[in-house]
Amino acid sequence: MVAPTLAARPLESAVWAALHDVHDPEIPTISVVDLGVVRTVTTEEGSVRVELLPTFVGCPAIEVMRTAVEERLAEFADEVTVEISFAEPWTSDRISAEGKRVLRNSGFAPPARAAANLSFLPVLPVAQCPYCGSRNTTLENVFGPTLCRAIYHCGDCRQPFEQFKEV
Amino acid sequence: MTTDQARLPTRQLIQPDVPRFDRRTLKPEARDALTGMLLTMADDEFVLGFWDSEWTGIAPLLEEDVAFSSLAQDEIGHARVWYEMIAQLTGDGADRLAFHREPEEFTHARLVDHPRTDWAFSIARRWLYDTADSVRLAALANSTFEPLAQVVAKVIREERYHLMHMDAWLRRLAGRDGEPRQRLEAALAALAPDALSVFTPLPTEERLIDAGLLSTPTTDLANRWRADVGGVLNELGLPAVPDGRPPADGRDHAIPSESFRWLWGEFTSVARLEDGAEW
Repeated sequence: MVAPTLAARPLESAVWAALHDVHDPEIPTISVVDLGVVRTVTTEEGSVRVELLPTFVGCPAIEVMRTAVEERLAEFADEVTVEISFAEPWTSDRISAEGKRVLRNSGFAPPARAAANLSFLPVLPVAQCPYCGSRNTTLENVFGPTLCRAIYHCGDCRQPFEQFKEV
Repeated sequence: MTTDQARLPTRQLIQPDVPRFDRRTLKPEARDALTGMLLTMADDEFVLGFWDSEWTGIAPLLEEDVAFSSLAQDEIGHARVWYEMIAQLTGDGADRLAFHREPEEFTHARLVDHPRTDWAFSIARRWLYDTADSVRLAALANSTFEPLAQVVAKVIREERYHLMHMDAWLRRLAGRDGEPRQRLEAALAALAPDALSVFTPLPTEERLIDAGLLSTPTTDLANRWRADVGGVLNELGLPAVPDGRPPADGRDHAIPSESFRWLWGEFTSVARLEDGAEW
């Protein structure tokens, strides 16, 4: 990821700062920057170009994010281009430390490190309960209310919770 | 959806979900071959996605209602990306490919040309499809066509969840004597003739391999898949998938099945309501 603070490029750092105002429509507490969806910001005289990485290929939120980014950045340049990119796969490792903190505070277990080994039949590691911190949890469903979430149950505080999937 | 693309505003001419690329980097023969292969992949995912969406609201468990709706959304999302990639390669429209072809023009494998039927059937079919699809995707991971390899890298990460879920269900049904296992066995038997159809030889296969777009011939992929699934089926005491080569006509729909005609009527119904509507 391009470093968000480049003193030599004031426009670029202003754009990164502004992108913190754009949130994931499905988890409105996390910004597109902390979610790791913003891959690059390129600025030139009068133009800004942003590349977004979809969390899931079929994610309907990416179009919403794209429009929101365009609208948020309209003040910075006459020409704002937001492109969807697959140049590298978005993985859950792209979520920032701040993003993980925000997820936990919103009742989501953040993803563990994405498995490097994409084996024939993978198994998810145990998720940590965002409410009580217990690791005595069971996977109830690898599919949840959105493509990027799985549902767990905590054996200690007996709360169901969602985990942001590792991909 | 309109064939007269010049009438559309600029924004709609830019395909939203696939990075733009220069199609001239491919020779015309390679481009045609690639288009044919992508269409088979898109149609597989699209048709299976719509069949699976038929469980939304009526799956046997609430969790499975959620799961099958997600699976359907994933597959239709993948199909959309492939249709859009084809659209960029040929100048065609993704909407036209998805919603304005006749049933005879679809190229999905016969494996996905069955209705959802009962739960065991949907699980058995999806398990066969997901395992086959993962073998196919692996053969595209190092494709010389960069935009394809990039999307494949992403799709493989998502399909892991499909595999995991289907494998858990296959074992759950196989492990219960009586009705669950009987229904699973009946489903596998009914699907056996079409099990290999995902690997139906592509007419342009040689060109795909020469150009490095696909790493392995479909016959070899079929054998690789048979070995993969054979181990699991054997472990569960379930019948192996049939020997032999993939059928030559495994993607032929010159005479579309009744069930596909019905599904086609469903998924094109919105598009037919309003001429010029977009995905």
